[in-house]
Amino acid sequence: MIELQHLRKVFNAGWPNEYVAIHDLNLEIAAHQVTVLTGPSGSGKTTVLSLLGCMARPTAGRIMLGEREITSLPERFLTQIRRTTFGFIFQQFNLIRGITVLENVMLPAYPLGEPLGGLKKRALNLLDLLNLASKAAAKVEWLSGGEAQRTAIARALVNNPGVIIADEPTAHLDTGLSREFLDIMRDFKGQGKTILIASHDPMVHDSEIVDRVVRMRDGRIIDAGVF
Amino acid sequence: MIKAIDKQRYILDFTLSSLWRRKGKNLALVLVYTLVVFILGSVMFFTQALKNEAAVVLRGSPEIIVQKIVAGRHDLIPVSYGSRIGKIRGVNAVKARFWGYYYDPVAKANYTLMVPEDLPLKDQEIVVGAGISRVRRVFRGNSIVFRTYDGKPATFFLKGILSPESELLSSDLILISAPGFASLFGIPPDRATDLTVQVANKKEIPTIAAKIVDALPDTRAITREEILRTYDAVFDWRGGIMIAILAGAVLAFLIFAWDKAAGLSAEEKREIGILKAIGWETADVLQMKFWEGLVISLSSFFLGIILAYFHIFYASATLFEPVLKGWSVLYPHFNLTPFISGYQIAILFFITVIPYTVATIIPSWRAATIDPDAVMRT
Repeated sequence: MIELQHLRKVFNAGWPNEYVAIHDLNLEIAAHQVTVLTGPSGSGKTTVLSLLGCMARPTAGRIMLGEREITSLPERFLTQIRRTTFGFIFQQFNLIRGITVLENVMLPAYPLGEPLGGLKKRALNLLDLLNLASKAAAKVEWLSGGEAQRTAIARALVNNPGVIIADEPTAHLDTGLSREFLDIMRDFKGQGKTILIASHDPMVHDSEIVDRVVRMRDGRIIDAGVF
Repeated sequence: MIKAIDKQRYILDFTLSSLWRRKGKNLALVLVYTLVVFILGSVMFFTQALKNEAAVVLRGSPEIIVQKIVAGRHDLIPVSYGSRIGKIRGVNAVKARFWGYYYDPVAKANYTLMVPEDLPLKDQEIVVGAGISRVRRVFRGNSIVFRTYDGKPATFFLKGILSPESELLSSDLILISAPGFASLFGIPPDRATDLTVQVANKKEIPTIAAKIVDALPDTRAITREEILRTYDAVFDWRGGIMIAILAGAVLAFLIFAWDKAAGLSAEEKREIGILKAIGWETADVLQMKFWEGLVISLSSFFLGIILAYFHIFYASATLFEPVLKGWSVLYPHFNLTPFISGYQIAILFFITVIPYTVATIIPSWRAATIDPDAVMRT
């Protein structure tokens, strides 16, 4: 269970361009479910994802990860939580060009310093699971859109996180590839992962794998959906 | 512990691949960096090697040289002064030396002529340095004609050529017999160029030098230490001039390094953002930047040092010859004795690697502290 309590996020506080992205937001996200945040651009979906994924700190409010309050933790601990608890899939895939698919997938595990043999095996298993085994040695710039996204998914999963966070994952995919993405998410849901997706793609929030749709607008929740 | 080593290995691996991915930019940096180390290293090696060479040569030179001074200038000394000096307590031996310079209009070069103490030569025999042999195309058994002080031609025969090992000092040298020297320059029989004095106790050298000048007020006594100091000063001065000129190059390099490190490309910033977003800490990124700086600076440093070493000790310091050596025509072809001191390497390290590290540390830190959510917003 992840709980956001009275969350508020202000960008450029105290400057003329001050902008309140999130207003007093309260939300409980159930474990082992697929939750979708939806709403127009600028509604605060991505900000919520980055706050609960420990990528940014809220201006006010608290985030509870299970029983643990994580908002006030120092950067080192936040990074540790981000590394082990959350796997991120970004809108632009954000793969590192010039290195191979396998190296991209292993990258989040480098700071953990585990032996290469085990890490490589785990990364190859993930690539195999996502039908990318034949592309392990290929450079990421040679991949198609679908392959790039599956690489990004493998990378998000390499540290075996409990929560998968995906920001507009289908924004650059056609219908077939979007469906493929949802099928993969179904498998991970079946494995007990908690999945949190920000998307304004109807194909995502209307999908039968989604347990709950939270609607947002102007930094506020306008419909918290049903558990 | 093993985890920490593995982690550093992963980070180093990734750093090397990152450097390789931006090879154009990084190779340019390494090239400029290497060039700076190469030039500074060459000047240092060269000056030090010349000083060493001079010290080795002077080790066998007389403890005191006595010269006659007339109106502040060096003049021929009466040989009879030798017996007066010989009476000073502590003096072992006094010998007359004959040496001088001869301008050869054919080669447009100055030769140094000397009468050797331990090489018996007939009146018309000479031994020449390799430089003269090259320029005048004369070899063992050939004859060579010089003009005497009164304009008459004097023929000398080459008994041999000095060995190339000593070429740095003997390139322009001619060894000649005492009668030959006297007839070439018109030296009166009771005069010599200067006198050399051997002293029994080295500690007494300054005292004996002072006594000589006391007894013979129209002379000056030059001790071996003074000559060594002059050599040091001359080579330091030349090296210093080079370093002063190169200071501009070093400064330009620092600006270049700062600009390179500070001006992180959008691609690099994006990469750092991604790394932080997928779980790298600020410290991990800083370590990556540290490895990057270390790889660039150490590889350039060692490459520069090795190139400088080969340039000075195996390629006869080709690039610096005209500046750092005094010869105008008879460039010696020589190899200096390889010599490297830890002190020199440390100095070079501190004037190249440390400034680079300092110049890049702040930009690296700024890059490492990019917010991890930056990639979510691009």
